[in-house]
Amino acid sequence: MRKCSINDLNSVFEKISQSAVLYIPVDGENGADYKIWEKGVELSNALNTNKSPKNFFFPQSEDLVEFKTEGKDIEVIDIRDSKEDFVVFGVRACDVKSFEVLDRVFLSEPVDSYYADRREHGVIISMACSRPVETCFCQTFDIDATNPLGDIACWKTDDAVYFEAKTEKGQALMDKISDLTSESDDKAVEEQKTKTTEIMKRLPLADLKADKFGAGKTEEFFNDPAWAELSQSCLGCGTCTFVCPTCQCYDIKDYNTGKGVIRYRCWDSCMYSDFTRMAHGNSRNSQLERFRQRFMHKLVYYPENNEGLFSCVGCGRCLSKCPISMNIVKVMKTLGGKNNG
Amino acid sequence: MQKITSEALINKACELLENKTVNRVLGWKVGEFAYDITPALFTDCDSLKSDFVFGDFCGANFSKYLVSETRKSDEKVLVFLKPCDTYSFNQLLTENRFNRENVYAIGIPCEGMADISKIKAAVGDGIVGLSSEGDKIIVDTLYDGKQEIDAKSVMAERCAVCKSKKCVAYDELMGEEGEIVDSNRFDEVEKLEKMTEDERYAFWQGELSRCIRCNACRDICPACTCENCVFDNPESSVQNKAISDSFEEKMFHIIRAFHVAGRCTDCGECSRVCPQNIPLHLLNRKFIKDINDFYGEYQAGAEVGNRAPLVDYTLEDLEPGEALERGAEN
Repeated sequence: MRKCSINDLNSVFEKISQSAVLYIPVDGENGADYKIWEKGVELSNALNTNKSPKNFFFPQSEDLVEFKTEGKDIEVIDIRDSKEDFVVFGVRACDVKSFEVLDRVFLSEPVDSYYADRREHGVIISMACSRPVETCFCQTFDIDATNPLGDIACWKTDDAVYFEAKTEKGQALMDKISDLTSESDDKAVEEQKTKTTEIMKRLPLADLKADKFGAGKTEEFFNDPAWAELSQSCLGCGTCTFVCPTCQCYDIKDYNTGKGVIRYRCWDSCMYSDFTRMAHGNSRNSQLERFRQRFMHKLVYYPENNEGLFSCVGCGRCLSKCPISMNIVKVMKTLGGKNNG
Repeated sequence: MQKITSEALINKACELLENKTVNRVLGWKVGEFAYDITPALFTDCDSLKSDFVFGDFCGANFSKYLVSETRKSDEKVLVFLKPCDTYSFNQLLTENRFNRENVYAIGIPCEGMADISKIKAAVGDGIVGLSSEGDKIIVDTLYDGKQEIDAKSVMAERCAVCKSKKCVAYDELMGEEGEIVDSNRFDEVEKLEKMTEDERYAFWQGELSRCIRCNACRDICPACTCENCVFDNPESSVQNKAISDSFEEKMFHIIRAFHVAGRCTDCGECSRVCPQNIPLHLLNRKFIKDINDFYGEYQAGAEVGNRAPLVDYTLEDLEPGEALERGAEN
């Protein structure tokens, strides 16, 4: 483990940004979001960013390919812009876990080369939590907020930042900042872990369990009458899906530029009425079906296809952002009993 | 902060269910925390007693839910309407969006709703308890224990500039009859008008560039009740889920604001639900201010059947050229 004084953190940022674009969470008027670091840009202390870091690997909209026609010839042009090296600093344990959820979708065969490019060119520096809030429930999914993964894990105390490389990519970056960091014991880090773990136990959602959900539960929950009540006020907007770090559905469209066609993709939402619309029409015609799809996907279908891994990481964004305050915690408690799922 | 209690509303709802005036109730349902209230349908007194709540976080306006709810049954649904909600109610009736016969509306007083993001900004994160005591809100936090804050200081913007405490539509009124308030709600619009074009452009660029195109503003809006929105209709040629460029994003919000101009009651739900905290209501409020300036004071939803100035031609109407000139002056 290595450390730098909190006063030297900006020097570390400067060093990193010499070889890659560095993004850090920055406070705005309405919460924190990732911004490119440059001199004068200060690191936010917010627990989490408004938008999740999935944007770095799976942007909201992305040009895939351009077609130009001349006579009967079609030229296919690769217009991807996903080859730039970048570093994301300050990713929380829940959001780091979301990359595993996304990887299993985009990096399994056939590999999504756009996503793979960005994963290859990106380095994740995570940040342990020390002030979790009432909407946090990463513990439900066995995520340790005090001990995040990533390429490099970080712990920030009042006077220092501690770094631990977790991957080769992380080690390579650590080597670049070795002049600015020094070897350290893990005493302060262990103290912070113990303290935060105690706080985690006092969170209102600390006892929420996901045990009742998972692979093989489709029949048990699919026709539960509670879906009607749970979904009755759902507006059918895309807020939960767009702030979610693990929602990964997209739509592909062609845009006529006048001189050719640009094929792009953009986030889609299972809450939308035209989601998965095909020639025959839609497969889910009511909001109940669309609402159910989202939560069954997180809690049953995804684990079914991914060795039991849930595709919710308990970041709590949907809890604070849903216009009608309906969310996965309420769904789990309604379907699975008061304290679990 | 609220003067009328949950208990009074529950007793009234139970009475109306029992005497079969209504067979269901649209109301606010308790959440996990004190502030995450969900709009819900109650069908019996027991569930009302266990889950119904009215308090400082019951901002949700139920008027729009009546469009779908009144189609489900010919029996009446009970709806509680705060003063600002009654304007949306009237406007929807004016547009024939639901059957009045299928609704039993109770007007209730409102002292203004609290904004949880303002509370978080004031006391910090980790809110584990909230209660009201007169003009104070007592917040219990994970990190700093119990803190007392002035309720007025954390009131939602739309409530701080409330235009009316008067319920303009109801079958029955609970609590005291309120008054139309002399509001300073156009102050923020005036600030925007005083900006130079470049400053104003930069302001909206900054705000709207945060949009994630979730459509929550449209979906909550009581003036947006098209059965199939043009932006959702694959046949419309403008359907689009993508933020393909920042100009197009602005167009979405500007087109929507034009579409609801003259019909928007300024209920403020669009800004309340925006996950990116974009002050969308300022676009609508600018239109309301212009309509007032150009055609005389007009409040959408004040009465059922009012013809909005934009769809009601009179010989005294402002000439388009003059509107343009006066717009340029601002």
